[in-house]
Amino acid sequence: MAEPLFSVRGLKVALPDMARKPLIGRAPLAEILKGLDFDLPKGSVTGIVGESGSGKSTLGRALVRLLEPSAGSIIFDGRDITHLPEAELRPLRRNLQMIFQDPMSSLNPRRTIFSIIAAPLRQNGLGDNLKGRVAEALQRVGLPQSFASRYRHELSGGQRQRVGIARALALSPKFVLADEIVSGLDVSTQAQILTLLERLAGEMGLTVAFISHDLSVIRRLCRQVIVMREGAIVEASATDTLFEHPQQAYTRDLLAAIPLPEIDDGWLLPVAKAPA
Amino acid sequence: MNATRPCLDIRSLSTVLPNGARVLRSVSLSVQPSEVRALVGESGAGKTMIGKAVLGVLPLSVRIVEGDMLLEGEDLGRLQPKARRTLIGARTALIPQDPLTALNPSRRIGPQMTDRLVRILGWSGQRADLRIRQLLDEVQIRDPDRVLKCYPHELSGGMRQRVLIAAAFAAEPRLIVADEPTTALDVTVQKQILRLIAQLQREHGTAILFVTHDLGVVAKISQKVSVLYAGKVVEEAETAALFAAPQHPYTRALMAATPRYTDPFASLKPVDEAVLAGLASEIAAADQAWKRSHG
Amino acid sequence: MDEARNSRSRISRRGSSRHGSGARLWLAGGWLLLALLAAIFAPLVAPQDPLAQDLMFERLPPFWMSGSEPGFWLGTDSLGRDLLSRLIFGARIAFIVAFAAALAACLVGSTLGLISGYFGGWADRIISRIVDVWMAFPPVLFAILLVAVLGTGLSSVIIAIAVIDWTRFCRVIRAESMGQARMDYVENARIAGYGRIGIMLREVLPNVVPSIMALLSLEMGIAVIVEAILSFVNLSISTDDPTWGGIIAEGRLSIHQAWWVLVFPLVTLILTVLSFSQFGEGLKARFDPVLR
Repeated sequence: MAEPLFSVRGLKVALPDMARKPLIGRAPLAEILKGLDFDLPKGSVTGIVGESGSGKSTLGRALVRLLEPSAGSIIFDGRDITHLPEAELRPLRRNLQMIFQDPMSSLNPRRTIFSIIAAPLRQNGLGDNLKGRVAEALQRVGLPQSFASRYRHELSGGQRQRVGIARALALSPKFVLADEIVSGLDVSTQAQILTLLERLAGEMGLTVAFISHDLSVIRRLCRQVIVMREGAIVEASATDTLFEHPQQAYTRDLLAAIPLPEIDDGWLLPVAKAPA
Repeated sequence: MNATRPCLDIRSLSTVLPNGARVLRSVSLSVQPSEVRALVGESGAGKTMIGKAVLGVLPLSVRIVEGDMLLEGEDLGRLQPKARRTLIGARTALIPQDPLTALNPSRRIGPQMTDRLVRILGWSGQRADLRIRQLLDEVQIRDPDRVLKCYPHELSGGMRQRVLIAAAFAAEPRLIVADEPTTALDVTVQKQILRLIAQLQREHGTAILFVTHDLGVVAKISQKVSVLYAGKVVEEAETAALFAAPQHPYTRALMAATPRYTDPFASLKPVDEAVLAGLASEIAAADQAWKRSHG
Repeated sequence: MDEARNSRSRISRRGSSRHGSGARLWLAGGWLLLALLAAIFAPLVAPQDPLAQDLMFERLPPFWMSGSEPGFWLGTDSLGRDLLSRLIFGARIAFIVAFAAALAACLVGSTLGLISGYFGGWADRIISRIVDVWMAFPPVLFAILLVAVLGTGLSSVIIAIAVIDWTRFCRVIRAESMGQARMDYVENARIAGYGRIGIMLREVLPNVVPSIMALLSLEMGIAVIVEAILSFVNLSISTDDPTWGGIIAEGRLSIHQAWWVLVFPLVTLILTVLSFSQFGEGLKARFDPVLR
């Protein structure tokens, strides 16, 4: 297996717990990630799956260093970025890109699509030939050139997500974090976006962390899978192994809970009474 | 009483927006007593609007221009507004999509659940309380005293949805409209909730109009299904028959697009342009015909 | 196809929201433009000298009543000065105070609000505490106190209003910036390599501009009222120059003999203040692409 792009050891993240904030003083810290170890091999798509509260989005944000870990280490491309200050991170940012879940919130309503895609280019020293680069980025995701002058609200959900992908890939990054990028889309649009990302990741040799709650989508797209629960890794293995021989009971439960689009009369019959 | 009379019968229902755009295009569907009818479609297909029309809570801007809705044989369109509200209130209930916004955050669970029974059905407080506890037991909430005293934010998403299911079944409605009741939930919780809905539905013999975007959920919970596209029912069938042999190209495309981890490369197929073009001309033809017959 | 349909309906919805705000935008804007032009060209459009006293013509009624004189359209006050001309010259003071005071309050308040809302933390805590303390002062008493300390005159009135009302901007813009700071595009700007100040100016500021515009217009109306109040209690500028508040104060004294000296400036004041607030709301509705 190729050398890892990301090497994560003992990763812990603690965030202020606003629910338990006292009337006066600071909110106590809650440990969201409880010591994770894993590698992301170069040029591969890794699925990170879990239910709400599993810490999968926190993990993603720690990888692209929107959050600073409280312990452990993150080695990116041979460099320790665990505690790098923002100023030193900035030159690395062009290789640490992200596609967001909700393009409604990730595209600034007051900027044209051109301006949105051009911003990271300009900021990372690729300000020459902006028009050409933006045009290339739009073409890559299958959007017509005329969209450059449009605004967010003039696009459909699928088109917005394409812009999100175009923006993240415009810098030809080494790593892209895709955080639940299809969970807000209809199935027909979802299939388009996923096949697009699948194709581009292959063509550009991207390393992708694909966060999702949907195991069906992960199976199609990812080479390896990390299953998370309550801030810890339950199981991590190659995709086929995980789906065909899940080792952990939790993974089996997750798989069994997916309602497949096929008739199965036994699916809804109670196996045992739910615990109180 | 006629045994084969449908619980809900919608005949050729059309609605328009103020700008004249048709949202529902002559929708016909029926739900038999103690049957689950799934209504499946993508966003903008109008599936939620059908549920709202049945419950009489359409937005003021949406106008019904054609069609009848019969609830257990009573034509809702012929009733006076007050009589209609009373009838709908007594015989139907809603399981909403988002259990958090469906509950008032500043009131305790208990009074929110009994409110409907006391105010609309005129039950005594004691009877309502007893009934609610019975239902909480049926949705497997083992500590009703604590839950009834909680505020909504103190419960998990799954618990809140259980509470709303209990509230929906409490008044023994003939018909329940379930509007994407599991969309906001995790898969493992979704399975428990679907199980509960199915179990209560069987035991109480309630008819359910189950609105969803997920063909997987359709396959598991319903006996009949209507596939909706752009406010038009493009296919209607017994659920088993639909999954065995989908007839309409759109249904087939939708099935091929739905991801399946058991068969990753045969699923997640983008919808073919030809299918969409076919749908567009089908819709256009229907609108033409409608315009001709309605001047 | 579904996508195309969605995007089209969204555009048309945007179009219709523009029509809705049209009428009040034009009515309010029309009145303000009229008043502004009258103020700028006051020496040209005023039919009489606003300071010229003529006891022969004292308390003349408006033009449609018997006993009116041609050239004195809205009548005269107890010293025989032409009311219309005094209103027109009064508009000068009103607009100067409105623009200068509102701009000053806006600049201070919006800047602090933006910093407080976007940066959060210590900056937010300090600025918020100052705002809280500030708002505990009763505004009119505060203004009178300030003018008493600064001395009367145009600039002290402007300073007093700005000093009192910057908190209005600060509170609203802080809340909006906090909402903006949570949006994913702010996070994405960090991913793109922007610094904190850059993000604040590039991603947050443009999204709060419509609110700033609406508040600015509203504040101009409020400034007109506060100036009138100060004039009314004789704490504004020198009593020679006509001000709306001053005219109202004089009109109050002769309400039984000449109601028009009180009613016309009041109507002018109300129309202007109402127009400022409606104009702001209309602007916001018209130029907000996010309205859904």
